[in-house]
Amino acid sequence: MILKSRHYDSPKGARRSFLRKMLAIPAALALAHASLPALADDANTTGLAVTKDTVKVGILHSVTGTMAISETGSVQAEKLAIEQINAMGGVLGRKIEYIQEDGASDWPTFAEKAKKLLVNDKTAAVFGCWTSASRKAVLPVFEQYNGMLYYPTFYEGLEQSPNVIYTGQEATQQIIEGIDWVVKNKGAKKFFLLGSDYIWPRTSNKIARKHIEKLGLSVVGEEYYPLGHTQFNSVINKIKLKKPDVVYAIVVGGSNVAFYKQLKAAGIDMTKEHPLVFTISVTEDEILGIGGENIEGAYAAMKYFQSLPNDNNKAFVDAFKAKYGNDIVIGDVTQAAYLGPWLWKAAVEKAGSFDIDKVRAASPGIELTTAPEGYVRIHENHHLWSKTRIGRAKADGQYEVVYESKDLIEPNPFPAGYQ
Amino acid sequence: MNSMISNLFSRYQLTHMLILALLLVVVLPLSMDIFRLNLVGKYLTYSFVAIGLVLCWGYGGILSLGQGVFFGLGGYCMAMFLKLEASTPEATAIQSTPGIPDFMDWNQLTELPWFWQPFHSFGFTLLAIIAVPAIFALIVAVAMFKRRVGGVYFAIITQAVAAILTILIIGQQGFTGGVNGITDLRTLHGWDIRTDSAKYVLYFVCVALLFGCLFAAKYVINSKLGRLLVAMREREDRVRFSGYDVSAFKIFIFCLAAVFSAIGGAMFTLQVGFMSPSFVGIVPSIEMVIFCAVGGRLSVLGAVYGALLVNFAKTTFSESFPELWLFAMGALFIGVVMAFPNGLAGVWSSQVEPRIKALFNKPGRTTPAATNSTSAPAATPAESFNPEEPSHARG
Repeated sequence: MILKSRHYDSPKGARRSFLRKMLAIPAALALAHASLPALADDANTTGLAVTKDTVKVGILHSVTGTMAISETGSVQAEKLAIEQINAMGGVLGRKIEYIQEDGASDWPTFAEKAKKLLVNDKTAAVFGCWTSASRKAVLPVFEQYNGMLYYPTFYEGLEQSPNVIYTGQEATQQIIEGIDWVVKNKGAKKFFLLGSDYIWPRTSNKIARKHIEKLGLSVVGEEYYPLGHTQFNSVINKIKLKKPDVVYAIVVGGSNVAFYKQLKAAGIDMTKEHPLVFTISVTEDEILGIGGENIEGAYAAMKYFQSLPNDNNKAFVDAFKAKYGNDIVIGDVTQAAYLGPWLWKAAVEKAGSFDIDKVRAASPGIELTTAPEGYVRIHENHHLWSKTRIGRAKADGQYEVVYESKDLIEPNPFPAGYQ
Repeated sequence: MNSMISNLFSRYQLTHMLILALLLVVVLPLSMDIFRLNLVGKYLTYSFVAIGLVLCWGYGGILSLGQGVFFGLGGYCMAMFLKLEASTPEATAIQSTPGIPDFMDWNQLTELPWFWQPFHSFGFTLLAIIAVPAIFALIVAVAMFKRRVGGVYFAIITQAVAAILTILIIGQQGFTGGVNGITDLRTLHGWDIRTDSAKYVLYFVCVALLFGCLFAAKYVINSKLGRLLVAMREREDRVRFSGYDVSAFKIFIFCLAAVFSAIGGAMFTLQVGFMSPSFVGIVPSIEMVIFCAVGGRLSVLGAVYGALLVNFAKTTFSESFPELWLFAMGALFIGVVMAFPNGLAGVWSSQVEPRIKALFNKPGRTTPAATNSTSAPAATPAESFNPEEPSHARG
């Protein structure tokens, strides 16, 4: 009997336990679901890709196409920062996982990928973009889906989005200090402005011209050339005719190589500083292409040079070289890109949450004492308070820092009187 | 009406159209979220260009490497209308001159240039989307074809046109937005085009227009004009000696392809929310030829599938291998063009379709003699002339 009853029972029992399991799975799932938000409640109320121990962020740069050469440094810096943050225990106890997308040097692709990172992947922050064009393309996406972009490049200003933190300098920070310095220390009176023909050089030169004229000095020429232009002989002849004290050059990308080589070939020895060549567009990355011997003696105004002598920077340069090799150079934008994840981490921890709105609210006032450039603080207008340095290019491709602004310079993306 | 359709399109062509319609209207919208569907909508805008290229290159033998020009013109017309609507004095109060598009303000313009003024009107804009590229194509085509410029020379000239227009747009940034393009477009007559529901609507509008273009293209191919195009492609002199004005047909088909591209461009702007010179240049123009080549340059439906497939691959590869995806794309292009010179459509008609036909025909083979003997003579003249097979390779 017993055997028999057991015999009867077992399939029923099996079925029951199977049923119980079937019931248990959704119950467990429901529990898991209930417990996860309970744990992550404050840290993530808007459904971002945050779990108990991970948080997803996006990296959106061009790793193919013409901009890849410039943007690779930023990708490397962002990955390094994320790796270091994870080694320190992550953000709010969560390890950062990054999803990398390729903007392919193509603005519509940037917009598509930005949307994917926000809508599909629900990333808590995106570090990316380089050119103004790519930023303009993704801006509506970030504003519509309420994402947060950390944008590393020095740029023309005239923008202030609640969904972007600008970790590079805007134009007035870079320009005004530099012109004041060259006027005061080099006695410059006549300026010749030139640049590549798009919004950043044009806006920058507009600010430069207004400032020069304010100081009672003169601009003897202003010229623009299309992106990728390689024939600068005519402008070099004009420079020789007008005899300016300073050639203020905002040439970008590959054109730089032609411009500086031709300048040298035309007999303008930059080390003699007559005329003095002053740029805001050539970082150590560009010098790699130009060749140190072709630009030796030119001055640049930026917030960061690889040769900055401070402990933060030494640690940063060492870590960068340890990860990417000894020959690598680090330019201004690369350093600014490195700040992105750190600034985001600080804001998240201050807010106690990954929610975009809370991170935004927490961002102004965030300071970073460990920045390779020294110290930065986020302004209410989402740009950084930072110092401006002036470097003199050396033949080995590095800059020698000859000047550093005494105070942090306030970012002012909509400068009154300069528009 | 019904008989007209059945005269124009064989049952097979209609079935194929129906399958595509089912895919685009039912399957994809049901199986994808709006983000992916919006991407499909974007891919479809390229297929407008590819359809134009099938007519112009596949049938007419006129290889244009500058279709991006027309895509761009259509897109810019639409973008300017939307930009003007977005640039109300209230929304642009921060500018030195409120009420004009932001990029004009950045370039120290203080008023809207006269040629952009009419783009305040939606009716004018719609007209311009068709008329501007058509007139531009007409000028290029008349200048070339009346002088009997063709083949490689014509392709080179279209490339030059693409390069010139790109330089013009980038150089005149105060009027065009330069490299940045025209960005941050928001509403169409107060209707927010950025919302999910608007994206659904725009997707279906795009599909509807696509079918409009598909039918128009099929109509051209199946008409006498289509035959003439193929004849011109094969032996232009013979057509000319037969008393036809060859250049007139070439001009017409080139303008038609331009109009298709422009419609695609305008739909692109609406769905993606901006327009930039990166669609006007040589590289995107050649890419569009590749869509057409992968799909099969002798099949308008193939062109649609080609554009979809290539762009799907592009998105998928680049999401999975952000640093290596270009190689995968290159391999795909080379593979398809080497292995299947007639593209996907060629594979379908030579490999897949005969098998399907065989499958369906088997049960009906019991009384083949009667049906075949009556239909065969009528079918012979049409069948012996097969436009799907170019008689010789073209350089």
